[in-house]
Amino acid sequence: MSLNDTHAGPHAKLIYMANQIAKFMESKPHAEGLTLLASHINDFWEPRMRRHLFEVLDAGGTGLRPLVLEAAATIKRPAIAA
Amino acid sequence: MKDFIIPDRDFGTPAAKSKQMVTLTIDGFDITVPEGTSIMRAAAEIGISVPKLCATDSIDAFGSCRLCLVEIEGRNGTPASCTTPVAPGLKVHTQNAKLKQLRRGVMELYISDHPLDCLTCSANGDCELQDMAGAVGLRDVRYEAIDTHFKAKDTSGIANPNYIPRDDSNPYFSYDPQKCIVCSRCVRACEEVQGTFALTIEGRGFDSRVSFGAKTDTALSSDCVSCGACVQACPTATLQEKSIIEIGTPERSVITTCAYCGVGCSFKAEMRGDELVRMVPYKHGKANRGHSCVKGRFAYGYASHKDRILNPMIRDSINDPWQEVSWDEAMDFTANRMKGIIEKHGRHSVGVITSSRCTNEEAYLVQKLTRAVFMNNNTDTCARVCHSPTGYGLGQTLGTSAGTQDFDSVEETDVVIVIGANPVSGHPVFASRLKKRLRQGAKLIVIDPRRTEMVEAPHVKAEHHLALTPGTNVAIVTALAHVIVTEGLFDAQFIQDRCDWDEFQDYAEFVSQPQNSPESVALLTGVPAAEVRAAARLFAKGGNGSIYYGLGVTEHSQGSTTVIGIANLAMMTGNIGRPGVGVNPLRGQNNVQGSCDMGSFPHELPGYRHVKGEGVRDIFEKAWGVKIDDEPGLRIPNMLDAAVEGTFKGLYCQGEDILQSDPDTKHVAAGLAAMECVIVHDLFLNETANYAHVFLPGSTFLEKDGTFTNAERRINRVRKVMAPRNGYADWEITQMLANAMGAAWSYTHPTQIMDEIAMTTPSFAGVNYEKLETMGSIQWPCNDAAPEGTPLMHVEAFVRGKGKFINTEYVATDEKTGPRFPLLLTTGRILSQYNVGAQTRRTGNVAWHAEDVLEIHPHDAEVRGVKDGDFVRLASRSGDTTLRATITDKVNPGVVYTTFHHPDTQANVITTDFSDWATNCPEYKVTAVQVSPSNGPSEWQEEYNAQAAMSRRIAAAE
Ligand code: SF4
Ligand code: SF4
Ligand code: SF4
Ligand code: FES
Repeated sequence: MSLNDTHAGPHAKLIYMANQIAKFMESKPHAEGLTLLASHINDFWEPRMRRHLFEVLDAGGTGLRPLVLEAAATIKRPAIAA
Repeated sequence: MKDFIIPDRDFGTPAAKSKQMVTLTIDGFDITVPEGTSIMRAAAEIGISVPKLCATDSIDAFGSCRLCLVEIEGRNGTPASCTTPVAPGLKVHTQNAKLKQLRRGVMELYISDHPLDCLTCSANGDCELQDMAGAVGLRDVRYEAIDTHFKAKDTSGIANPNYIPRDDSNPYFSYDPQKCIVCSRCVRACEEVQGTFALTIEGRGFDSRVSFGAKTDTALSSDCVSCGACVQACPTATLQEKSIIEIGTPERSVITTCAYCGVGCSFKAEMRGDELVRMVPYKHGKANRGHSCVKGRFAYGYASHKDRILNPMIRDSINDPWQEVSWDEAMDFTANRMKGIIEKHGRHSVGVITSSRCTNEEAYLVQKLTRAVFMNNNTDTCARVCHSPTGYGLGQTLGTSAGTQDFDSVEETDVVIVIGANPVSGHPVFASRLKKRLRQGAKLIVIDPRRTEMVEAPHVKAEHHLALTPGTNVAIVTALAHVIVTEGLFDAQFIQDRCDWDEFQDYAEFVSQPQNSPESVALLTGVPAAEVRAAARLFAKGGNGSIYYGLGVTEHSQGSTTVIGIANLAMMTGNIGRPGVGVNPLRGQNNVQGSCDMGSFPHELPGYRHVKGEGVRDIFEKAWGVKIDDEPGLRIPNMLDAAVEGTFKGLYCQGEDILQSDPDTKHVAAGLAAMECVIVHDLFLNETANYAHVFLPGSTFLEKDGTFTNAERRINRVRKVMAPRNGYADWEITQMLANAMGAAWSYTHPTQIMDEIAMTTPSFAGVNYEKLETMGSIQWPCNDAAPEGTPLMHVEAFVRGKGKFINTEYVATDEKTGPRFPLLLTTGRILSQYNVGAQTRRTGNVAWHAEDVLEIHPHDAEVRGVKDGDFVRLASRSGDTTLRATITDKVNPGVVYTTFHHPDTQANVITTDFSDWATNCPEYKVTAVQVSPSNGPSEWQEEYNAQAAMSRRIAAAE
């Protein structure tokens, strides 16, 4: 599968990317990993990407690793499209 | 060839390094020099040039020509001044009746076996033999030699067996043995400076000749890598640049910087009028110390290649042919389109890509264009696809993304780890300097899936080659740390003083876990545990340990993690903060470092400061008079995703060819095709231009002023040696575009841009063109605390304060082999080509690399029925292509390897879109593939070529 395949759905790639970050953060002490995961996404993900992530989260977060779900509260929800 | 333009004197022998000083008298003058200096050099320092032929200051003295004789009071005979070291109180005479007579005798012998065709010789005016004949007052040659090397036939018409015809096989220089005086300067340059050992002197006495290896070898078919060191060292016309033969001698020279790789060699561009005659590496260049590789010295022909586009072009749709237009029309068209897009889709729907081939000043302007004119942070650069994990990994652990050393540091190293890099191909001048140190006895550990040229070279052999399975860098680096920690080889004092001890404890506990031992990971990595253990011990306890790494580290799903692991290794062994040690990313393109410094990344303003920082935004808001977006912008892969999705519509791409250089070509093509305005600003109609609506012709590094920053953070000047053939320097073109969009920029010279950079960016605060003029180059940070720049980083303390150890858990890439794709493909580069090859493919360098080939192990080839030279089909989940196979055991069974220099190959059709977890740097270095026999181009290659041909049409002028 290529993550760019359209049939993989528009969110598949973002879910994959969020989980990749989570896997790195999981090897840190829990609290630190949680904070760093959220700040990593806040610092590097453009609002459009975070908006898509919230679409997944708002729909229940299927496919996301637990650490991402847990960090969701501290991930910045982007403002409505500028 | 000798220097005659800038009085860049040849001191005859290299400088001695001793701190002990010695005083002596030469021709009645007192002189004090370091112990170990030759008498020849000491004389040269007071301005006395002793006649010489076989000595030059880039190589050790050899003492064969006997022209440099001197007399020393109280000593017998007439010693050679090049091989005789100074001693306290010596009284030396360089000129008297006896010496004059001896020297004339020597010259007579040389001249009797040399053709006297000086007037038509290509070295006329640039020949040391000629000069020496003049210097010793040679007026007649008293005997005629019967046997010579230069007469093709004797008087009776019989062929002279000693005559060897000229060898013109190398595209850039010729070898004409009839003019050779067998001084062996070329042989020694090849050994000592370049380290290739391609040349030898064959035979003895009258029969001795310079030879490119075996009798049948020509310059081209030999081991020669065409670095040109021998040509530069040759005192006669024997080894001569073809450009000199064609054009004649230059009349002036301008110091500038190579535009190819991250070594950043300094050159003298030697000119006649506005014609470039040759490039000669600059002796005082601090990165290269007078050496260069084939690319910088010879491969500049692309600047005048017929494919270069010199007029702006536009078109409504990418299916139309191009229309040549005036600059004004091009700017109107572009500005209208971009403004239209912004109006309709919002300010976030457009962005820029800065170039790592352009100058700092140009990259700065391009990111300023998106931040201050488009009003967003959508800027990225090709460093995304190469060294972004370096930025993240070193930033987290040490506090800055920059390499810690200067290149001179390698002269003091004792153990070197080279991981995921092949400097012999990618950073040749650094490789030569490293090999020189290795020949002096330093030890080498190579971590690379492939047996690179570094593993075994003439007189250099790696102590350990850890030939790991692609994708397992983190496992190996963590296993090395495991050995260092569990065997107690770490430097506790250093860690306590300089790092956070508690974090080290955590890390020590993590790496000590049994699953991180070399024995446990051997199954994954394929590297025997004993090798890993031995390498770890050597690195930890072998003296000054340095690590050099390249794209084989960064271009992985876990690229950032490996960089962190490398920094951990350096910190735990105390190998940071002094000469001979450090963590050194080898940057690919010439200005990768600079383009990153200049704020090319979407989350950082210049100087690596996050856009969320109010204080930083404030500086730029005041300087630019605009409001800066506080949210990070899109990275290249995100831009393409957004384009496919329909929210990203316009892109200004300067000096990059993302369609060829970025992974998953089909996805890139889909993204570009979905945009409404793609502006390509480049020298040639590159592959990306197939999807462009506007083409803005670019200028070469010879045609503009500016600065490049090399891998050692060294800011070097680029100087204009000729007028831009396309009419404008690239920074002027960006300014025109900004102004067409409503900005009011008014830069008239790049020096003003540098002043703005210095004003806004603390690490550049002390940089300006005057200082660069006087100092030659500056390593940032350069500010009040370090007015002359900073050769070594983290000397007293880490930039971030305490060094930070971070756990490096190995996570296998999801790119796994299986029954359909059982082999792992890894990619790399070769010496004679550069990046996507747009420049080097348009030079004589194609003599060495006409096409990309696939390296495959004999075993894998045999089971597939593939023979050497066969066309094979290379397929992955993403796509397939065809290329020729070459069978070699440089790669392990299960691994195949290719380069990506040629668009016909389309190696990136194969690579997937997996990327580094932290930075989205694509995973170029691991792709699961299958190889099968094939008989021609793949469907995609054919489709692609058809589209490209259609798209490159330029409408005939009416
Ligand atoms: S060009 Fe370089 S590699 Fe080739 S023979 Fe000369 S010094 Fe050696
Ligand atoms: S080729 Fe040139 S440098 Fe080499 S031995 Fe002959 S004259 Fe000397
Ligand atoms: S390509 Fe690199 S090593 Fe070669 S001359 Fe240019 S800067 Fe130096
Ligand atoms: S220059 Fe000293 S022997 Fe040739």
